[in-house]
Amino acid sequence: MIIEEELELMEKTMRSVFIGEVADLPQKLGKTVTIGNKEIAVFKTENGDIRAIENRCPHKGGVLAEGILSGDYVFCPMHDWKISITDGKVQAPDVGCVQTYPVEVKEDRVYILIHEKVGGEGNCSTPLAKGV
Amino acid sequence: MIKQKLVLIGNGMAGVRAVEEVLKINPENFEITIFGTEPYPNYNRIQLSKVLQGGTSVSDITLNEWEWYEDNKIRFYPGESVTSINTKTQSVSTDKGRIESYDQLIIATGSNPFMLPLPGADKEGVKAFRNIKDCEEMIEYSKRYKKAAVIGGGLLGLEAARGLLNLGMEVDVIHIYDYLMERQLDRTAGKLLQVELEKQGMNFILQKNTAEITGRKHVTGLKFSDGSKIKADLVVMAVGIKPNVALAQEAGIPVNRGIIVNDYLETEIPNVFAVGECAEHRGIAYGLVAPLYQQGQVLAKRLCGIRDEGYQGSVLSTQLKVSGVDVFSAGKINEDESTKVYKTYDDWNGVYKKVLIENGKIAGAVLFGDTKDGNKLFNFIKNESRIEEYLESSQSVISEVNTVADMSDDELICGCNGVTKGSIVEAIKANGLTTVDQVKGCTNASRSCGGCKSLVSDLLACTLGDQYQADQKEAICGCTTLSRDEVLAEIREKGLTHIREVMNVLEWKTDGCSKCKPALNYYLGMIDPLKYQDEKEARYVNERMHANIQKDGTYSVVPRMYGGVTTSEDLRKIADVADKYKVGMIKVTGGQRIDLLGVYKEDLPKIWAELDMPSGSAYSKGLRTVKTCVGESYCRFGTQDSIGMGIRLEKKFEGLNTPHKVKMAVSACPRNCAESGIKDVGIVGVEGAWEMYVGGNGGTHLREADLLFKFKDGDDLVEMIGAFLQYYRESAKYLERTSAWVDRLGLEHIREVLSDELMVKEFNNRINEALSVVQDPWNEAIHNKNLLRDLYQTVKI
Repeated sequence: MIIEEELELMEKTMRSVFIGEVADLPQKLGKTVTIGNKEIAVFKTENGDIRAIENRCPHKGGVLAEGILSGDYVFCPMHDWKISITDGKVQAPDVGCVQTYPVEVKEDRVYILIHEKVGGEGNCSTPLAKGV
Repeated sequence: MIKQKLVLIGNGMAGVRAVEEVLKINPENFEITIFGTEPYPNYNRIQLSKVLQGGTSVSDITLNEWEWYEDNKIRFYPGESVTSINTKTQSVSTDKGRIESYDQLIIATGSNPFMLPLPGADKEGVKAFRNIKDCEEMIEYSKRYKKAAVIGGGLLGLEAARGLLNLGMEVDVIHIYDYLMERQLDRTAGKLLQVELEKQGMNFILQKNTAEITGRKHVTGLKFSDGSKIKADLVVMAVGIKPNVALAQEAGIPVNRGIIVNDYLETEIPNVFAVGECAEHRGIAYGLVAPLYQQGQVLAKRLCGIRDEGYQGSVLSTQLKVSGVDVFSAGKINEDESTKVYKTYDDWNGVYKKVLIENGKIAGAVLFGDTKDGNKLFNFIKNESRIEEYLESSQSVISEVNTVADMSDDELICGCNGVTKGSIVEAIKANGLTTVDQVKGCTNASRSCGGCKSLVSDLLACTLGDQYQADQKEAICGCTTLSRDEVLAEIREKGLTHIREVMNVLEWKTDGCSKCKPALNYYLGMIDPLKYQDEKEARYVNERMHANIQKDGTYSVVPRMYGGVTTSEDLRKIADVADKYKVGMIKVTGGQRIDLLGVYKEDLPKIWAELDMPSGSAYSKGLRTVKTCVGESYCRFGTQDSIGMGIRLEKKFEGLNTPHKVKMAVSACPRNCAESGIKDVGIVGVEGAWEMYVGGNGGTHLREADLLFKFKDGDDLVEMIGAFLQYYRESAKYLERTSAWVDRLGLEHIREVLSDELMVKEFNNRINEALSVVQDPWNEAIHNKNLLRDLYQTVKI
């Protein structure tokens, strides 16, 4: 839970980006959303939750929007790494993490919250493998 | 009842085998004592070369562990040698001062390596290749020295040489004859073998007599009778063995080359028997394992008072265990005035086959390069069959496939341990065996050289059919404990209709994973193709998007091109599309189709619409392509319309979902330009007929396809392909290629199922049902707005 003071603080530094209606998102699948130079994979899970993560697997840059979604996890289509779409963590035996983005739904409209400045995100620091 | 005292001198393969047989017949009758000079339990001397080659330890080749001796109440004295036998008092004495009396005595002292009495043979670095100690010493040498010389180009010498090569030494093999393995092979086969082994890095010095081993204290080289010399830091003598008869001789037991025994392995002294390499039966002292085991069985019966015809001598067969070379020989090897010869020699493929015929009967055989007929010929030799029998059997389609199903019950599967097909099948049925290891434990088959493992596996598959391995419960993934078969049975029984339902009802531990979701999607669709609603989200990206994902996230597009045939019009369309969408590369695929690489996801539907061609399904777990050769339309060798047949097959089966990808090919003559021999279904047109091959694979696990049936009529062929594919669809595990599936079920079993006309009809009904709902996925995608939005459109802000 985010307490109100914090929310105020966040609203100053984060931008809320409208990406479409809930109904526009495919059920149990990922959608590729490009905001500026960020490519984000947005998932609508089986129970209707919407999650947004960076669209690249930290392993070899596989596009996660095309992975197989199972509950709160997505399996990378390139080499089957299992990644949480709620906290971005890569599941054992592999390691690493993927940037996650907060999602807000207001009146069936979906917003992704992103930092104003490029590279402002901070919940994941796994660098992508070189050459991808 | 007072137990008889049975004493065995020698803890080797022959003697212990005799004891094992005694324990089988009458475990209560004897109090058994075994003396062995080596400090190990009974081990498999045949596999010594594996120890030498590294990676195999003594325990890996142990036949009977220490517990076996305890469990059977055998008094075992390892590392203790018997030094004398007193046949009057019926007792033996050992080097540890022990005196043991016996009621029955078995001498199984084996043989010693024959060391040439050359000047310098006593120098350091001159070794035999006979026991574990020899192996250990040779391994030590290989760490300090580079050059080895093996004297003797026979079976043992070549195995030693191979081992030394593996240990990183340079190896010269010196042989007195002008070709290798002269006792088992003829000159042609011996020369072929030499070429193969030279490729592996062995160096041969033939027709040379070693005159002297040079060096002061330690060996430095060899000097030959013609004055030439070579350098060597290690010399291994592998020129033969001589029966170890000293003990018997001193005790006054009659000895010729070996200890003389009759058909019951009795020596001329009462209550004293000899078995194995130390014994001489009808003038022959055997040095191979199969005869020793046969002798062991006879001896056990004799000791337990069972009278039979006794030991009648053995026909020998040899199979070289040097890696990568297929050599087989049995019976008579070389021609003389009384023999005739059936011979084939394929220089190009390095395949040589010779069958010796004496009075019209098969008397011997030498095979090189292709030894799959070995077992069959060996049995023909033992049964003194007529040559016609072999020739006929080679021509008929069925036995060309050479399956265990054709063998009679008394044919040997395991030559080492003398285990017949009948006894293995009986053991499988009586004890419910399902694995090769269980068969090994129960019957001894494949316990020695292991050469018959694949035959044992075939027999399991043949006896159990699709039960084989199905019994070894294997969950479909970590999300459940249920096996494929259990899940399918539940789906059918409970009428489950979608993936979530299956996971809920069958109590999945998770929300599924990338293994079970696609598998369940396939199984549900296979069970009820008409009603099942394919779940796109459970499909792997390629099959969901109907294009191949590439490493950079772009896709490749392969239009359908039936039979590999195209038109100038289609080529123009493809070229235009490639230009317009700036594809990264245009490439011809391994399946004779055109691949457009580097296409962006958003462009896929536009490209498909502009191409206006069906999807080539080059991404699917389904029929990919049917590769064809030019065939009778243009080729001067083509006997059939391979292109026509290829197009017909591709049109019929396109869009079919299968457990894994399926590739087909049609060739119009045995030159096989379409490579039908490595396809899931490969067709070869021959004069007036189509041959149907199945289970081939050119992938990671290369597998040659097996001939299933032959058809005169094209319609019959297509019907059988339908039945075959449907049987595969229904009984294979998801992601199991036909190659693995054919191996698991056994070709003979599949042939049997598909020999039933009614079954073939039913399979075809079901596959036609599945084919009836097939739609071209590209066409579907470009006309379905929801699909377009869900799968191909991206949001850009």
